Amino acid sequence: MDHLSSYLVLSAILFSLGLYTVVTRRNAVAILMGVELILNAANINFVAFSKFVTHNLDGHLMSVFIIMLAAAEAAVALAIVLNLYNDRGHINVDEANALKQ
Amino acid sequence: MADFIFWVIWALIVASAALVAFGNNLIHSVFALMGTFLGVAGIYIFLNADFLAVTQIVVYVGGILVLLVFGIMLTNQISTARISQSSVQKVLGLVVVLGVAAIILTAVLPHDWVGSTLPMEFTDTVTGIGNLLFTDYLILFEIASVLLLGALIGAATLARKEL
Repeated sequence: MDHLSSYLVLSAILFSLGLYTVVTRRNAVAILMGVELILNAANINFVAFSKFVTHNLDGHLMSVFIIMLAAAEAAVALAIVLNLYNDRGHINVDEANALKQ
Repeated sequence: MADFIFWVIWALIVASAALVAFGNNLIHSVFALMGTFLGVAGIYIFLNADFLAVTQIVVYVGGILVLLVFGIMLTNQISTARISQSSVQKVLGLVVVLGVAAIILTAVLPHDWVGSTLPMEFTDTVTGIGNLLFTDYLILFEIASVLLLGALIGAATLARKEL
């Protein structure tokens, strides 16, 4: 807990799992969950570097803004997902290819 | 003791995030995501980020997670008790993700970021964050408020039945 590397490894694992969720899931809500994992990984890095390297609160400020962005993004994305469901009856992103045809 | 608790939280985050990524049931994934968010709040406490830990619980667990559950409930037939989800191109995805993780770890771990300086023990971050928010970060703060207003109006408009 007193080494920066334990936080960096945790953040890398969290980012990888989030990336895996984003690239393999078909359900739009599940993809949104992967995005939240990635944002949390970034936040851990910001706060850890704030404590161990820069010794000021700039990293905390960045995390506050990231959390704010995540909330806004989740609200808009869910509105889009609801429209997709009303339109097609499912929210599988790999079948949402109407613009391609 | 604190060391032990740290590694328990560490393992909780990894295990619940793995359930989010590999689980077959969407509802289980959402509840695992709650474990991840609470674990990250614990990590913030270990990093002396008291304000962020509370914000994490209020915004993520209290807000975003509820939104996600709403999203699942509104886009599935509740009568089908098991809300399953499937994945595509698992092997290719795993290869790509493991490659990315290897790149990150080899780039980040060998570097000596800390040097000989001791970690900063913040005692009260709320005052500092508040001061910075209304001095150095004032423009960003105002942009954030406009963005939140835009997201509020946009989400409400998009979610209406007739566009």
